[in-house]
Amino acid sequence: MRLIFNFGIGLLFGLGLVISGMANPAKIINFLDLAGTWDPSLAFVMGGAVIVTFIGYRLVWTRGQPLLSAKFHLPTRTDIDARLIGGPALFGVGWGLSGFCPGPALTAFGLGATGTLAFVPAMFAGMWAAKVISTRGGAPAVTSPRGQVT
Amino acid sequence: MMTEFTPLSSFVGGAMIGLAAVLLMLGEGRIAGVSGIASGLLPPYGDGEWLQRLAFVLGLVAAPFAFALATGEAVQQTVSSNILMMIAAGLLVGFGSVMGSGCTSGHGVCGLARLSPRSLVATLIFMATAFLTVFAVRHVVGG
Repeated sequence: MRLIFNFGIGLLFGLGLVISGMANPAKIINFLDLAGTWDPSLAFVMGGAVIVTFIGYRLVWTRGQPLLSAKFHLPTRTDIDARLIGGPALFGVGWGLSGFCPGPALTAFGLGATGTLAFVPAMFAGMWAAKVISTRGGAPAVTSPRGQVT
Repeated sequence: MMTEFTPLSSFVGGAMIGLAAVLLMLGEGRIAGVSGIASGLLPPYGDGEWLQRLAFVLGLVAAPFAFALATGEAVQQTVSSNILMMIAAGLLVGFGSVMGSGCTSGHGVCGLARLSPRSLVATLIFMATAFLTVFAVRHVVGG
């Protein structure tokens, strides 16, 4: 049941990426190219996603607990440390070079473009390296289940 | 190369991404951060949620095929075939997203919707370096 639910959520998320055009790295790079062939579409994707999530989260949080799990797993950290600055800085360079962030890259993986097939294994290698470094050096960056993503 | 400005389909697709994030919070009580979910497939493991994460990722991978099946249209994309650059970019995206505890979905969508100051900082930084990178590649190095 939980596996089917999670598969369905991934499918809906991926369909959203496909329909919004974000599975196409050319649209991402053009959004980032203010001085050239600018395509503002990504701002509309973010707008639609954030508005729905903002309202939906608040409706969901009026419940005491989620449907399939004992409690809500929300990030609790509030500190701005070097990792929160350096990590996104590196991430943005890779995102600008390729036009891929993790969601669109995984969604586009099965389409089998050569660049995607090079990108995705490298992305997993980079994730693994960061996890290993975080685990060895003091406080882990990923502590909560499913990643402490904020 | 030019891409067509698609405000309506992009807004609708974005709303679907938001709906997926809300449903994941409703069902599992978790943030829909793709970098957190994908990196959770790799060791060292922190919990017993591996199969749930795999199911989510398989759903993402299945999406373009479901789209093609439902609409009869192929998914349009233009991906760089510069292998070395794509490998470097993949390493940066993977490393940076885990080091920064999130990516465009975890920080950019879910974090901003939670009004998280950490996510706002992360989002502003990765947007800034991404804009600078594209400017450098397209208008300084290339042409």
